[in-house]
Formats: sequence, structure tokens, C-alpha cells
Amino acid sequence: MEFFNVLIQLLDATIRVSVPLLLACLAGLYSERAGVFDIGLEGKMLAGAFAGAAFAAVTGSAWLGLGCAITVSVLMALVHGFASITHRGNQIVSGVAINFIAAGSTIILGQAWFRQGGRTPALSGPARFEAITLPGADAIRDVPILGPIYSVLISGDSILVYIAFAMVPFTWWVLFRTRFGLRLRAVGENPAAVDTAGISVAWLRYRAVICTGVLTGIAGAYLSVAQNAGFVKDMTAGKGFIALAALIFAKWRPVPAMFACLLFGFLEAASIRFQGQAWPLIGKVPVQFMQALPYVLTVVLLAGFVGKAIPPRAGGVPYVKER
Amino acid sequence: MSVPYAKLPRWVDYGLIPLINLIVAFVVAGFVVLLVGENPLRAAGILFEGAFGSGQNIAYTLFYATNFIFTGLAVAVAFHCGLFNIGGEGQAYIAGLGVSVVALSFDSVLPWWLTFPLAILGAAAVGALWALIPAYLQAKRGSHIVITTIMFNFIAASIMVYLLVDVLKPLAQQAPQTRDFLEGAQLPKLNGIFEALGMSVRSSPLNISFLLALVMAYLVWLLIWRTKLGYEMRTMGHSSKAARYAGIGEARIIVITMMISGALAGMMALNPLMGDQHRMALDFVAGAGFVGIAVALMGRSHPAGIIPAAILFGMLYQGGAELSFEMPNISRDMIVIIQGLVILFAGALEHMFRPAIQTLFATLSPSTVGVPVAGGKGA
Repeated sequence: MEFFNVLIQLLDATIRVSVPLLLACLAGLYSERAGVFDIGLEGKMLAGAFAGAAFAAVTGSAWLGLGCAITVSVLMALVHGFASITHRGNQIVSGVAINFIAAGSTIILGQAWFRQGGRTPALSGPARFEAITLPGADAIRDVPILGPIYSVLISGDSILVYIAFAMVPFTWWVLFRTRFGLRLRAVGENPAAVDTAGISVAWLRYRAVICTGVLTGIAGAYLSVAQNAGFVKDMTAGKGFIALAALIFAKWRPVPAMFACLLFGFLEAASIRFQGQAWPLIGKVPVQFMQALPYVLTVVLLAGFVGKAIPPRAGGVPYVKER
Repeated sequence: MSVPYAKLPRWVDYGLIPLINLIVAFVVAGFVVLLVGENPLRAAGILFEGAFGSGQNIAYTLFYATNFIFTGLAVAVAFHCGLFNIGGEGQAYIAGLGVSVVALSFDSVLPWWLTFPLAILGAAAVGALWALIPAYLQAKRGSHIVITTIMFNFIAASIMVYLLVDVLKPLAQQAPQTRDFLEGAQLPKLNGIFEALGMSVRSSPLNISFLLALVMAYLVWLLIWRTKLGYEMRTMGHSSKAARYAGIGEARIIVITMMISGALAGMMALNPLMGDQHRMALDFVAGAGFVGIAVALMGRSHPAGIIPAAILFGMLYQGGAELSFEMPNISRDMIVIIQGLVILFAGALEHMFRPAIQTLFATLSPSTVGVPVAGGKGA
């Protein structure tokens, strides 16, 4: 039973750390499936986290904070779109630029506006997304096995956690069951064909990039308004890149993306939970090894040693109508 | 809509357009300064004064510029081959190992002028090896070099934290860093040059690795424009198809280019470790690898452009430090914004103003753009 409780706590922690990864990963999915590489997930998430926490602190409403996070994140996504779709710039370069602009401006503006060393004021009450207790969670808490699973694991998370997991089937539905999704995938594989069919490649890609902005905004708001009570400088700490890794790991598909994020989240949760403890069979594992594992796994997968991750064919290539 | 880019005079292509992009980046940065409630012009004044106001300040500016020349050259070499080496940060970080191993082994037995060449080799070798794996994976397994080099930055950071905390740290010490290098691994300073020019320098970290950086800039120019290998790299960068037709071994060029790039990034570690701190501490690269991207884009991947671009960023680092004393609202993180804006406007949006400038030139003097007087655009 002791082991079971540890497991439940570990899985609960896994869910909490996976959510920003999952949202950012799905965000990248829209953009990259449409043929726009986005290594600026990290920056957009960071900007969203700052905007969300700042606005929630000022207005006292978590929902307004979320709205502001999404707005700022979408604006940054549009800058990426403007550079890489309209001006056919290098998408990688543009993504790098977004990351730096976000990293610098969140600190500068945070310090100038709140004077707390780059932090935003601590959020409490309605300014923060509180944990939701699902109906009946307290009633079955003492039921063995099922009780803890329902009351600890499933219940007791903030609304954004449920939104994040709901986004997985939703994204699948959008991409594979709607006309928009079909065209979005087509524009990432063969934009010329989409253009021939009389559909605007640029507008489609812009819409994909906006979807990315919305989701990274939610991811950022989750970090600063739900998981933590305020913005801390550089709070994304590479999560955008882990999400990118998860996206490749999942071969640009929504449901595997969820499992990849849960796997990477589990690694993170486990490395925090078992920090400094000896593992059965392998002995003590340095925490840095666990931290590096998602990146190593992604490199191995990318290299095609375990399966093969093939990106959308038109990814990274600006579309030129005719010359 | 998609009129091919007409030819512009060279000075426009390599001078005017980059300059306009740079100015736009700084104007936008100025708006950020306004947003935090300071006067951008006064900020620029303090920054410039802080970077070039005295011999001391110039020496600091050049010290920072040294780092950026190395990393800028690293990114530029890869650019010429059509590769984006975003992993300069990790390559420089891990190359600190090469420097430290040499320095810690020989600092008590050899004089600096023997340790230095060994340390250069150590730094270059480790940096090149760290770039070799992503290069090999790109060349042979087709995995995207941008993603693998990003991943390798994180892996390098994890390895270095582990090594510094658990392996390299002397037992009696709290801080995660190596023991101090002895005199045999401390590079001589260049303060004498400033004193010869009549400026006083109390203490500055500027050291002879600045000269090494200049030598490397010349060697990179030689490599890219005056050797067969450089020609092959540029061919590959323009069109991998053309390179294949010409019988250039794609995999070989990718691997060699990335190793040169990694070696250049790795040499950056010499400057802070042997020139300034005389030990290896956590995160000594401090973003210089990423600044290299901005420097290479601004310098148009040419050493003659990279050196001034690196000095500009050195100015931002040094002047930015002074600025944060005068205006506490503007911390050094302002540089990160400027860096991002430079990458955005000089890199991703480099062609934004081109059509307008093209039209302007076409109307002012049609002969310079090769457009017949009556014909209009799209020739």
C-alpha cells in the first residue's frame, strides 16, 4: 500500500508537470503540420506566462490573465508568421529571435512594472486557477485503489489541466476529421497542391500559427497562474524544447504526443521525487542524467535507431507561388 | 507578388540593407526602453560612454567581443554550408572540459606559452567532437541538425553540471567549480597596448585570446574564399544538388564543416577560463553561443562583418553593465532583447525592406539595378 501511495503521488506529479509540455507540444503540432517549423514555443510560452501572471495580478482575475496570456502569445506567433510566411524568412532564425525577445522582455518589463526582481506579485484567490474537486471525490477517498486514483489523480487539478487533456482528442478531431485539418495537413506536405485547389497557403498557415499561439498562451498561463502563484523569471526553463522533442518523439501525431509528454513528465517527476535516492538494480542515478534523458531519447529517435520520425515534407520551406 | 530579387549594388546589399535592419532593431529596442519609463537617447549615450569612454571600458568591450568573434565565426562557417549550428553554446560549454583538463594537468609544469597551444587544441578538439555527433546524424541518418544541436546544448549543460558538482570540484570547496588554475595556465593580458596608446587600464580581463580570435577570423576568410574545401562548402550551401552533381561528398562536407564550426565555438572557452576567471565554473558561456547567431547574421557570415558585429555586442555587454548602474530599470537582460531583435530584423526579416529599396533604386537610377528604363520591374 505504501508503494501504491507513492505511485499515485508520482503519477499525480507527472500529470502536473506534463500539462505545459502537452499544451506546448500540441501547439507545435498545428504549426509544424502546416509546414511552419517553430522553435519559438519556449519564448511564446514564457511571454504567455508573464502576461498571464501580470494581468491576473493587476485585475485579480485568473480568466482575464489567461486571456491576456493568449493574446500576447498569439501576437508573438503572428510575428513568427509575418517573418516566415509573409517575408519567407528563415523559420529557425525567426523562432530563435522570438525566444530571445521573450526571455529579455519578460525580465525587463517585470522588473520595471513590479520591482520584485523580475517576479510578478504573488497571486491568490480568484486571481489564480484553483484546484477543482470533482463530484464525489471526497466520498470515495477511502475506497481502496479506486479511491486514491479518482480523488488524488483525477480530481483536484485546475481547470487548465482538464482543458489540456481535452485538447488531445479535440486536436485529433480537428486535424483528421475536419476540412480545415485536412487542408492544414496538406499545406504542410504539398502547399502547391493546396494552392492549385484555390486555397490560400498563407492564410492557412497563418491560422495554424494562431492556433499555436493560443495553445502556448494557455501553457504559459498554466505555469504562472495555475501551477505556480505568479511569474518567476525564466520559468519555462527549457520546457518549450522538451515539448519540441516530444513532438518529434510522437512523430507529429496528437495522441502519441500526449504519451510522449506524459513520459517526459514522468521522467521529470521521478527525478524530483527520487533525487539522491538509490534505485533498485542500477544504484544511484545522478539527477542530471534524468534531466538529460528526454533530449537523449529524442536524438536517438531522430537518428532513426528506434523507429523513424519523418517531419511534414514542406516543413521549414517558405512557399513561393511562382517565379 | 514574388518578383525575383533584382541585383542591387554591392554596397547596398552588404552595407545599406544590414544597416537599415540594424537601425530598425535598435529603434524597436528604444521603444522597450520607453516602455520601462526611461529616455532611450540618454540610455544609448550612457551605453556608448560605458563601452568606449575609457581605455578600461574599451578593454572590457573587446574582452566580450572576443567570445562573440569565436561563436560568430562558428555559426558563420556552418551557414556557408547551409547548416544552422545552434549548438555553439553547448560546444563552447563542453569545450571548457578540454581547456580545463589541459590547464589542470600542465599549469604547474609548463609556462603559459606552452599550455596555451595545448589548450587551444584541447578546446578545439572537444568542441569539434561535440559537433561531430549531430553532424554525423545529419549526414548519415538525416536527422535535422537544428533539433539535434539544441538537444546537445541541454545534454552538454547536464553533463557539465554533473561533472562540476560531482567530479571536478575539489573536496574542500563548496562552489561547483574547478580549483584555480596556476600561473602556467593564465594568459597574459593586453593592457600594455592601451598603456602604449596613452590610456590607463587599471585591470581588465582582455587577454591574448583576442588576438587568437582575430587570427581565426583571418583563417576562416582564407578557408571559405581561398581553399577548395571552402569552395565545396559554399557550393553545398547554395545547392546541395549542384554539389552532388559536382561530385562533392555531401556527408564528408557536412561533417568537416560542423567540426570546424564546433572547434571555433569551443575555442571561445579559452577566453573566460584561461584569460579571466582562471577556473571553470558553472555556466561560464553565459549565452555567448547564442549571441554568435546574431553576430553571424549581422556580419553576413563574413569575418569582416563578424568582427564589427562582435564588437557591437561587446559594447552592448560592457555598456549594458554600466547602464544598469545608472538606470536600474534596464538590467543586462536588455541585451537579450536587442539580441533577439537583431536576429529578427537582420535574420528572419532581412528581406523586409528590400522590395522598397529596390523600387527606390529602380526609380532613382535604373541602370544600377539592371532594369531597362522603360521596362519597369520584373525583368
